[in-house]
Amino acid sequence: MSDEQLPSIIPRDETELVQVLGYCQERRRGLAVLGRGSKAGWGRPLKVYANLMLNAFAGLRFYEPEELVLSAGAATPMRELQALLDQKGQMFAFEPPDLGPVWGHDGENGTIGGAIACNLAGPRRFKAGAARDHILGIRAMSGGGVLYKGGGRVMKNVTGFDLPKLLCGSHGTLSVLTEVTVKVLPRPETERTLLLAGLGAREAVRLLTQALNGPDEPSGAAHLPAGLAPMFDFLVADTLAPANGRSATLLRIEGAPASVSWRIDSLRRRLPDFAAAEVLEAEPSRALWAAIRDVSPFVRRPAAPLWRVSLAPSAGGAAALAIARALPCHWFLDWAGGLLWVQVAGEAVAAGAVAGADAGAAADGGAGVVRAAVAAAGGGHATLLRAPEAIRRAVPVFEPQPEGLAALTRRVKEQFDPNRILNPGRMYAGV
Amino acid sequence: MLMMPEPDAGTMARRETIVADLRALLGADAVIAEEERRRAYECDALAAYRQLPLVVVLPEDTAEVAAVLRYCHENRIRIVPRGGGTSLSGGSLPLADGVLVAMGRFNRILGIDYDNRLAVVQPGVTNLGITKAVEEQGFYYAPDPSSQIACSIGGNVAENSGGVHCLKYGLTANNLLGIEMVLIDGTVIRLGGAHLDADGYDLMGVITGSEGLLGIITEVTVRILPQPATARALLMGFPSVEAGGNCVGAIIAAGIIPAGIEMMDHPAILAAEDFVRAGYPTDAESLLIVELDGPEGEVAELTKRVYDIARGLGATTLRASESEEERLRFWAGRKAAFPAVGAIGPDYICMDGTIPRGRLAEVLRRTSELAGKHRLRVANVFHAGDGNLHPLILFDANAPGELERAEAFGADILRLCVEVGGVLTGEHGVGVEKRDLMGEQFTEADLAQQQALKCAFDPEGLLNPGKVFPTLHRCAELGRIVVRGGVLPFPDLPRF
Repeated sequence: MSDEQLPSIIPRDETELVQVLGYCQERRRGLAVLGRGSKAGWGRPLKVYANLMLNAFAGLRFYEPEELVLSAGAATPMRELQALLDQKGQMFAFEPPDLGPVWGHDGENGTIGGAIACNLAGPRRFKAGAARDHILGIRAMSGGGVLYKGGGRVMKNVTGFDLPKLLCGSHGTLSVLTEVTVKVLPRPETERTLLLAGLGAREAVRLLTQALNGPDEPSGAAHLPAGLAPMFDFLVADTLAPANGRSATLLRIEGAPASVSWRIDSLRRRLPDFAAAEVLEAEPSRALWAAIRDVSPFVRRPAAPLWRVSLAPSAGGAAALAIARALPCHWFLDWAGGLLWVQVAGEAVAAGAVAGADAGAAADGGAGVVRAAVAAAGGGHATLLRAPEAIRRAVPVFEPQPEGLAALTRRVKEQFDPNRILNPGRMYAGV
Repeated sequence: MLMMPEPDAGTMARRETIVADLRALLGADAVIAEEERRRAYECDALAAYRQLPLVVVLPEDTAEVAAVLRYCHENRIRIVPRGGGTSLSGGSLPLADGVLVAMGRFNRILGIDYDNRLAVVQPGVTNLGITKAVEEQGFYYAPDPSSQIACSIGGNVAENSGGVHCLKYGLTANNLLGIEMVLIDGTVIRLGGAHLDADGYDLMGVITGSEGLLGIITEVTVRILPQPATARALLMGFPSVEAGGNCVGAIIAAGIIPAGIEMMDHPAILAAEDFVRAGYPTDAESLLIVELDGPEGEVAELTKRVYDIARGLGATTLRASESEEERLRFWAGRKAAFPAVGAIGPDYICMDGTIPRGRLAEVLRRTSELAGKHRLRVANVFHAGDGNLHPLILFDANAPGELERAEAFGADILRLCVEVGGVLTGEHGVGVEKRDLMGEQFTEADLAQQQALKCAFDPEGLLNPGKVFPTLHRCAELGRIVVRGGVLPFPDLPRF
């Protein structure tokens, strides 16, 4: 998972971590910061001195279900924490995806610190937020070697700057997380999904928008175009069988059983289109949304560029179609159109292997086409989540920033990690 | 005695030039120099502290804010931003040598996009003004601080304001999609937009709640939500604070997240009932108001469950609202709790700590002991769902020494909150009020790291100095706090 050519440094505690960072800071030696490395392929390629392995910072600190709070070492496997939450009928409401398989790694190998550092979010994003909305507190060490805490363990806290949020999505470039404290929530007792077959992307987004804009509180809203079903594993593909090769537009309702039934009926009354929808029961519904969350259709081709595009939800359908016209690719929409996943056909990327305009559009991993579609959609950002190293070297992995913002980003980096030793250049050159 | 940064003699001496320069930049009608008109800005809702600002400016667009900041930056003049002036922590307390930037002219709603469930507004629009603008279409803006009729959305961003519904719907930070902000050197940056996840560092997240120390917000994009189809409140009285607290824990343990859970202790119940006659049980030691909202089917189901939980835990009063009128009556006493306490005060100060909810009974018992020690009375209202405690300390400002005793009592309560694992402020902000207590919660290193962020935004410390941090280190000094370790390549570390 990590670069195995490099030495690994494994500090046993915070004291040793101080020593490591002090040493590397004085010698300006870069470190790849790794929990378990399940998402090490995310970002620009690193040129570093060693892998900094945080294995020692693992284990539950406390879990108080009635207080809705859990605290753990940053390298604690998500799997362990989710098993604990399961026992108490709770969950991380931001529905963190298990992304390791996107880069060809085994599943269920991510850490809580990784979920925070990458600001993960699943299908419930539009209702429940991302990791940033659930982080309460951190312990961390800055690249400058300052061991500090931020936030706390209570739900409501405006004391001082919200450094925990700043570290969410900083991809390990500002500080090394050693401990995180996260808000947890009750897991819905049950769920069902409405599946409507055969809609076009724009029509689907329009309908999902209507569903979200009413009082029935859906917690998942996705659109899978025709032909995507076989790219899921066979159980999920079977769940999608009612679509019969056509597109599937999906709406999830979660809660107490009586409430779920009531809201499904209410939705069907309000939006007659859904009268024709299939109802998926709890078990297939759960498996389906887990597969959407984990981008499962796109895990089998580790060389194919994969884009994660965040844009205005109402623009998602049009953007998807525009990209698909210009680029050989597969795609699907989540967040009622606000999240667009695009997998560029791998064979089209190998420059020269395929002739014609399509190959040209894909030689940059599809960056030109995808980012133009984001701009045409009125803004947002596209992240090249996965691509061969050569492409990630040549193309900005994260959305390029306007100069004023880029300069501010550099100044923040400078204050937290003055010698640029933590995941140097992972997000932006020089950051 | 509150110590503010020493006014800069050079700036004070140049006051007339500065006023003239600002008039040239913004036009005469946007600059307030006369003492009697500046007087209106001398304090916010923390009225115990007052200071005439050097000059007040009223910019009306982003370019004007940028011009003021650029000018102040070039001339090393301090700046204090001000929204609705409703801060309870003195966040917009002026400085004698500071330009007060009042954002009241930024009062327009710029756009509403129902398809993407958002509103783009100027920062001077009031919190309630956003809901008013979208309610006809069946939407609302969720965070509802009690000052929502007057507080500005820009101020809400600066303070990360909450309200009674944040357990379910989050604070301001969880309801923002984008901001435009002017940095101290006049650079304008835009973060986020109509999309859900902002890219790059979560600067919007850390600007939210930064109390005017990082920049001035000139545009805000907020999430709007469809109004819940229905809302119902349950009123419950309990024979002890513990029983009330246990009921809150049991509701959450049963997997229910109500829209709001409010608790009042006996003195607060009495004061509220005296004041508005809401029908509260005056024999109860604790009172809970639990509000459930959502689709009708959902609310009906959850009301039944919460009702059963409360009955099982020995509620002595238990009523579920049967009409919107009754729901509002249940709330009337809670919403009037502050003026009700004010009526018996004659004065009060409102504290704002957050604690782990399970420590409530202990904290209230020890608060009561502290009241005895300081010879003052206290009433407690509590956003019980998220542990945010508002002790209201009663005193008489005309009695010599009582304000000081009340402040000392308040500081003791906040120390107690930190001691049990909580924090100094849940929603009112640090401002000047809790500034000197920051060391109770944070170490020198914690504060240094926060100030490192400040240095990335405002290295000269011109934006709202004297707020949040007890001492603002020079950015050059901060480097020296850095712990330098590792003289040798750590021979005892395991490697492979």
